[in-house]
Order: sequence, then structure tokens, then C-alpha cells
Amino acid sequence: MTTWSTSAARETRERARQSHRRRVAIDLVVTYSVLIAGSLLFMIPFLWMLSSSLKTKPEVFIFPPRPFPQVFQWHNYRDALTAAPFARYFTNSVYVALTTVLGTTLASSMVGYGFACVRGRGSGTLFALVLATMMLPSQVTMIPMYIMFSKVGWVNTYLPLIVPNFAGSPFNIFLFRQFFRGIGPEIRDAARIDGCNHWGLYWRIIMPISTAAVATVAIMAFMWSWNNFLGPLIYLNSQKLYTVPLGLAMFRAYYPSETPWHWLMAASVVAVSPLIVLFFFAQKAFIQGIVVTGVKG
Amino acid sequence: MAAETRQSLILGVRRTTWAEDLWFYFFIMPWLVGFVLFTAGPMIASVLISFTRWELVRTPEWVGFENWIRLAGDKLFWTSLRVTLSYTLLSVLPGLVVSFLLAYILNADVKGTPIFRTLFYLPSIVSGVAVAMLWLWIFNPRFGLINYLLSLVGITGPDWLWSRQWVIPSFAIMSLWGAGGAMLIYLAGLQSIPTELYEAAEIDGASGWRKVVNITLPMISPVILFNLIMRMIGSMQVFTEAYVMTVGGPNNASLFYVLYLYQNAFLYFRMGYASVLAWILFVLIALLTALIFRFSRDAVYYQA
Repeated sequence: MTTWSTSAARETRERARQSHRRRVAIDLVVTYSVLIAGSLLFMIPFLWMLSSSLKTKPEVFIFPPRPFPQVFQWHNYRDALTAAPFARYFTNSVYVALTTVLGTTLASSMVGYGFACVRGRGSGTLFALVLATMMLPSQVTMIPMYIMFSKVGWVNTYLPLIVPNFAGSPFNIFLFRQFFRGIGPEIRDAARIDGCNHWGLYWRIIMPISTAAVATVAIMAFMWSWNNFLGPLIYLNSQKLYTVPLGLAMFRAYYPSETPWHWLMAASVVAVSPLIVLFFFAQKAFIQGIVVTGVKG
Repeated sequence: MAAETRQSLILGVRRTTWAEDLWFYFFIMPWLVGFVLFTAGPMIASVLISFTRWELVRTPEWVGFENWIRLAGDKLFWTSLRVTLSYTLLSVLPGLVVSFLLAYILNADVKGTPIFRTLFYLPSIVSGVAVAMLWLWIFNPRFGLINYLLSLVGITGPDWLWSRQWVIPSFAIMSLWGAGGAMLIYLAGLQSIPTELYEAAEIDGASGWRKVVNITLPMISPVILFNLIMRMIGSMQVFTEAYVMTVGGPNNASLFYVLYLYQNAFLYFRMGYASVLAWILFVLIALLTALIFRFSRDAVYYQA
């Protein structure tokens, strides 16, 4: 490369710098416009859902549709949520989701600890088995489980939805195991030399410092349980037991002729909001969960 | 107890004592019990049930391979297979591309990236019935959002979920809305690519396009493979949206496989036949996964 030292060369350099800056500016503009256009595209369905929920019934059925309702019908929410016992559906969903979270967090962390920190005979083979079951589609076990639960009279209760979680889930077991293995053995060795047994280690030392993993698992489990439709569909028969997804689906069935979209949208907004709220409070755990397991819940 | 522990600590990694074994089995007991009760047991039962005709209220009746043979002649079975496979094809590949593009753009790391990332990701955390209702409304041929937007550019939109040709593409479009989930995984992968590679390529005069094809894509090929397999598995198991939105219509044009399975088991109470369907699904997914692995061997680059 020749040395640039004359004033003409200095000019060329300055022009190159300017054109580079312009290119970077154009790059930025392009990037931002794509990002803004893209996020608008992704948000439009939500906006449509909100706007539809605030229209009057005739307003909903006009073409071309107006992007915004003339008058915001806030009472739609009250009407929709009383047209069917949504408050009850809500509490049901919360109950099922929370017990699910409790069960799977406790069980998966326990099992994960066993695989990560306790050296037992057969540990390797059994863990391979855990991983293998991750690949099993739920439909294979769905029918025999239903038959089994109906024979013990658990149909039309929440038990079939809650109890299996207390066995831990392969995904979460895997997650906890990986996390626990990442905790250095020094803490464990120190505690053991002080006479702590495995249970104490697990409950009083490892778990308290594993809040990140617990948060991730808890949030993903909550999300999964909240959105679960097939389980409640096949096990819950009485309306008073319905969870939100089931209630929402049945709600539409009450109006076979003309669907009250404004109400349906209002109910959907309410059905969806706990997850969105939860997301905003626990973004990091959500994202961590996705990245680690690749499961959207 | 303490003496044994110290001994095993000193003597090295491989030693297990019987006490350690007991602790191990104590901790994994929940999974072990669950495995027997909810996984292994049902799996064996499912195989047995597939050889019976059982309507649940009556006692099961052993019919041997009758259910399996029926499969071949069942038109609806082949329909549901075709529907599900064409949906998988139509939704997995575009989804992969869209998620990657989103991640690629987000990777530019301009100011405000976290906000955009949230906006793209939000739709994928809300799933199930509420989303199905929303898109049912969006796809409404007369009053829905999509046909309205199309009419603004002078196109009369199709009947979407009520048209035999457009029902599967409708589901595919709906699935694109959830591209934010895979996007996050891609993003993580993209951010782990060492920048030195790009710098070296730039010195050698590589253009933007070349950099993507020769550096970015190969470096995240394991991520692409992972997303491909996960999406494929998910697409093969679509149920909620089909049940809520079209119930297999119009005229079985959207009879997704798991929907058909559900109908056989819980509508017609053909437990034996439904069990066969479940196993076929399992085998199919396993086969597809193996195929994808086999065909990706040369394309995927694993870092040492």
C-alpha cells in the first residue's frame, strides 16, 4: 500500500470517510425501517383484537371495518365475562397452573439433583432414558392414560392434569441437571465435609442458589399449563371446572348462528393478558427458557 | 456416613457406595414412579389396546391386526396424513426463514433492540385457543382484517379457512406469527459467532452476501437443524387450532392427524384404532427426524 501524504490524497480520504458515514446512515435507516415495519406487522393482530373487543356488535359486522371503534365500549368486557362464568374459569386456570408449577418444579429439581449430584448405579442409563422420553409424542400415552384415569374415577377432576407433573418432566429434569452440574463442586464438598447429607444439600444449599433455573422452569410450566387445551378438553366435563382455554372454546359454541366477535375478542384479551403481564415481569426467565429448551410452551 | 463420603471423595470419581445408590434412587423416585405409571406402562398398554376393539364402556375384544389392516383402506387416515404433511412443509420452511431473518436483523444491535425483540417475541407466548379465535376473526372472509387489507390494494381475498385450497395455507400463515420463538434461538446462535471470522472475511474482500452464506449459515447450522426438527415435530402434532377453528373442514380439507386421532378416541370411542393411529404418528415423527438428521450430515458444521 502506498503512503498517502499529498493534499489530494487527504481529500480522497475525507471523501471516502464521508461516503462511509453515508453508507452507515443508510444502513441504519434501512435497518430501522425494516424493524419498525416488521414489528408493526406482528403487532397488528393484537391491535385488531383490542379494537374489535371495544366495538359494538353492529360495528363489528361492517365492511370495510373501521380500524377504531367510534365509541370505546368498555362494558364489552364486563358483558363478555359475565355471559359465561369467566371469573370461575380464571380461578380454575390459576389453580391448575400453580399446582402444575409446584409439582413440576419440585419433582424436576429433585430428580435433576439426583442425576447431577448423586453418583448412583445406573445413573447414566436412566438419564439416557429420560432424554429418550423427551422425544415421545404425548398422543401415544394419551389414550391408555385416559382409560387408566377413568377406571380410578379421576375423570372430571383436576387430578389427571396435576398429578403427572409430580413426576417431573424430561425437559425440566434436563434443565435442572445441566444447571446443577454448572454449580461448582466446591460448595457441595464443603457442605458434605461439614456433615451435610444429600437432602440438606439439595434443599438448603443448592436450591436457594438456583433461583434462575427455578424461575425459568416455573414460568415455562405456568405458560404451558395456562395454554393447555387438550388435557382439559378430554378430562373436564362439567362447566364449573373449565379452564380458560376450554371456557373460551365453549363460549363460541353457545352462539352457533352469529358469533359475537366483540365479546369473543374481549374474552380472548382477558385470556391472554396474564401471560403478557407475566412476561413483562419475567422477561429474562422467559427468554432463557426458550433458548435453553427450544420449546415455545 | 461422613467417613464414607470422605473416602469416596479421596478415592476419586467412580466409586459409589450403597448409601449413595440409595440417595440416588430416593431423588429420582418421582421420575421413576412416573415413568412406570405414565410412560412405560401406557406405552405397553397402548400396543396391546391397538390389537383390540374397545369402546370403553364395554369390555375390550381382541381382534388381532384388524385395526392395522383397516388403516390401509381408511381414506380419512390418508387424508389426514396428507393434510398434516402438506401443512408441515408449508409452515416449517417459511417459518425457519422468517425466524432467521428476524434474528439477523435484530443482531445488528441498533438502539432499541430489546423493544423490537419483545414485540417480535410476544405473539409466540400467547398460544392456543385465544390465538385461534383471533385468527378465526382475522381470516373472516367478509369482515376480517386480511381481506380488508387486501381490498385496499384491490385484491378480493379468498375464503381462507372456508376454502379447500386456502385452509392449509391459512394455518401456515397463522403459524408464522409465532416466528419469534425460534428467532430467539437463532439470535443466541448468531451472537455466539466469533466476530474475528467476519473481520477476516472482510479483509479478504468478502461481500455482505458471501459473509452470510459462507460464515453465518454454516456457523449456526446446528441451530437451524434444531429448529427444523422441533418445528417439524410441532407441526405434526397440531390439534388445538384445528379443533377450534375448522374442526377438520371444509370437507376434511384441514383434518389434521391428531384431530382425526382425537375424533377416533373421544368422539367415536374407537380406542383400539386410535391407538394404532398414535403409534403410526410416533413412527412417522421418528422416521422424519432420522431422515432430517441423515440429510443434514453434510450440511451441518459442528464446532469441535
